[in-house]
Amino acid sequence: MFSKVNSIGLRGLEGYPVSVEVDAGDGLPGVTMVGALAGEVREAQDRVRTALKNSGYRFRPRKVTINLSPADIRKGGTGFDFPIAVGMLCAYEIADPRKLEDAALIGELGLDGELKPVKGVLSLVCEARDQGLNRCFLPSKNAGEGRAVGGIRIIGISSIREMAEYMENPDLFKEEKEAGEECEEDDGEYPVDYREVQGQLLMKRAAEVAVAGSHNLLYIGPAGTGKTMVAERIPTIMPPCTRQEQLEISKVYSVCGLLPQEGKLLRRRPFRSPHHSITGAALAGGGRNPVPGELSLASGGVLFLDEFPEFSRYAIEMMRQPLESGRVVMSRVSGRYEFPARFILVAAMNPCPCGFYPDRNRCRCTRQQVRNYLSRISGPILDRIDICAEASPITFSELRQSVPQETSLDIRRRVERARKIQERRYAGTGIRFNSQMKGEHIRRYCALKKEDEQFFQAVYRNMNLSARAYTRILKVARTIADLDGQERIGHGHLCESVSYRSLEEKYWNS
Amino acid sequence: MEQLTYTDYGKDRGREREYLYWLSQAPDMGAVTIRRLWDRYHSFERVYNMEETGLKNQGLVNGGQAKGLGLWKRQLARCRDDYRKMEEKGIRFVTFLDKEYPRRLEKLYGSPAVLYIRGRLPDEDRPTAAIVGARDCSHYGSQTAEYLGRSLAHGGVQVISGMALGIDGAGHKGCLRAGGDTYAVLGCGVDICYPRSHFSMYMEIPEKGGVISEYCPGQSPKACHFPMRNRIISGLADAVIVVEAREKSGSLITADCGLEQGKEIFAVPGRTTDTLSQGCNQLIRQGAGIVTCPGDILDFFHIHPEKKLIVHEKSENGLAKKEKMLYSCLDLQPKFIDRIAEESGLTLGECLTLLLELELGGYIVQTAGHYYAKKL
Repeated sequence: MFSKVNSIGLRGLEGYPVSVEVDAGDGLPGVTMVGALAGEVREAQDRVRTALKNSGYRFRPRKVTINLSPADIRKGGTGFDFPIAVGMLCAYEIADPRKLEDAALIGELGLDGELKPVKGVLSLVCEARDQGLNRCFLPSKNAGEGRAVGGIRIIGISSIREMAEYMENPDLFKEEKEAGEECEEDDGEYPVDYREVQGQLLMKRAAEVAVAGSHNLLYIGPAGTGKTMVAERIPTIMPPCTRQEQLEISKVYSVCGLLPQEGKLLRRRPFRSPHHSITGAALAGGGRNPVPGELSLASGGVLFLDEFPEFSRYAIEMMRQPLESGRVVMSRVSGRYEFPARFILVAAMNPCPCGFYPDRNRCRCTRQQVRNYLSRISGPILDRIDICAEASPITFSELRQSVPQETSLDIRRRVERARKIQERRYAGTGIRFNSQMKGEHIRRYCALKKEDEQFFQAVYRNMNLSARAYTRILKVARTIADLDGQERIGHGHLCESVSYRSLEEKYWNS
Repeated sequence: MEQLTYTDYGKDRGREREYLYWLSQAPDMGAVTIRRLWDRYHSFERVYNMEETGLKNQGLVNGGQAKGLGLWKRQLARCRDDYRKMEEKGIRFVTFLDKEYPRRLEKLYGSPAVLYIRGRLPDEDRPTAAIVGARDCSHYGSQTAEYLGRSLAHGGVQVISGMALGIDGAGHKGCLRAGGDTYAVLGCGVDICYPRSHFSMYMEIPEKGGVISEYCPGQSPKACHFPMRNRIISGLADAVIVVEAREKSGSLITADCGLEQGKEIFAVPGRTTDTLSQGCNQLIRQGAGIVTCPGDILDFFHIHPEKKLIVHEKSENGLAKKEKMLYSCLDLQPKFIDRIAEESGLTLGECLTLLLELELGGYIVQTAGHYYAKKL
């Protein structure tokens, strides 16, 4: 007999409907699987057969054909085990397929018939809902995650046996199975806070400005000056995620299998700090069936690249386009894949090969060496970094003192206010943050007073600034003015912004 | 006692100069050997025509030099060509037989036989000082060197240095700023600018002073040239001022050369903890003159400027109250912005604003990003 069960396949971050068709007919006994299947899907037949046997089912020898349609999309992942098993039961007329017409089935099987969690459940359930299905059967460990989507009934199943019982009598454990309709979230608290950072005023201020205008940031300073410490606290001053953002961030983590097992949505903003040996593919994402990389995992949060010049040039250059557009686009034979990449880039580096410049007692690097070291960062990437701040070694007295420091919450309030101003200003312009301003916006929103105009001109001439530096300074000045709640960019805002100018202008003209 | 200087080439001056040009570039041929050959034959043309084994047997040259000389004879035509080209380029060729040859160098053992010059040589009767020091100097060092260069130029002192990065360049720069004449002694040919980042200085120096080298045009800079050129720097000067030097450094070689040549040595003191001042402090311990202000050197030359020169900061007139306060927080050692904010009690934003204004006003400089120091 022929049977058809709905399932969802994963392609990049998106799901697509797959119908699992099973036919048991006359002929030489055997199982054939078709439908452009990857290795792990092809192996499903052994898992399914054994799981069904161990769940107490006995099948007459027949010719079984399994088709995963549409047959022209290559299917991967282990989520098809469960629908295939249920399809077999239906084809052998043990279960009734009509009861599953409005449901999607997703899950991996163990040889004992137990259902195991799969990756990317958020995307899959979203697709099921968008396909107009009413119910989704998931491994019970994934059920919490599935419920986060909303708009579709999630039924957590722990084994094939349980599924069969459920189909016999759907009301049997309705209560239990559909409990926890409320979606779960983590508490959104961060284990770190800016309160714990003594001193380092400049780095903290730079972080505040960077977050307020969504500018990318570069820290330069000797080893052990707290660059990492300041950077990893940046997510704590970012505005809390909206529901939409939570879902988007969690989707990426779900596809990568990095979501905590309890199936909670992520409320904290991500902080990713890949090692500098990372490859281009791991950074941007890749593979034959592309999976998201670090850029996408950091989306909505902070991508921290410590020892920036040590990263391979190739990997760094991969970031150029995503930094501009906020997404990673990968084209493969099988189609075009798009992952989000709206992160704040925070890079940290030493000022010279030995790391002690400008402390001349310890650093013996020549000016040329310093220059060469700094020039290892490619110009195009540097162009996309608006703020550059120095770190200085901390003195003992600074370490010992226990002056109460500003908490992350205080800083976050100011950031949120600045973000609100930007939201209002850019409503309907197609951009969201000061860092995204283009020539026209800058002319409109970054007007200077007459005397400031003259002052800026003097600065521009004296410091040999470039045209790029000019726009960067204005953008950052706009953010500083927003933090101050000022309509117009003032003298102080401009001065502060000038001091954050990129290292290109600071070091290379010296 | 035999006269050590010669101001006569004999009959054919032009030819002799060409042959000396050729001889001075022969491999392993040093200034001392050239003088020995001249003393014996009084003609470089004759040296060219001599069998080199003959020269060797007379003990005038050693084995290596004789062999090199034999091979080098083939290069005569090319050397003549180069000689003409050099003259076309406006590079002057001054030999120990010329009247223009610096008297300060004449008396020294091993003084260069030939000099190549763009511009001119230092005046014989005006006081001359050498400013030398480390290449990777601190802000304190470069500011002091520049200030000394400037003050010496005002006092009419000629400044000699090596056009290297750091102290040397700062010394030249200060002198040029004050409109004085300064002389750079290079470790490469005078038609090569090394280091390249000093190109504008390299072009500006010959306008009033000169670029000097004992290496022929086209000679690239080599590590072994630099200690050699240091003896010319100290030789041309009446006093050697070491601004910043580590314990073992090229600047101390210059000071040693100066001592051997009987020059006055001065050193700029520094904090005992700064490695860059250890060489200077060591010199002072050994009896070098201490430089606390440019007046110390001018006194040595018996120059008494009308205005008393002391190391002073820029006049604070015209600064607003807050700027004055912030300015007084700074000194010659670069200070990080966090520390400035802490000491002044101003907010970070205020500090950055005031510092930028002070920087534009020329009161302070930003040495590396967000490190600020006073300007002298």
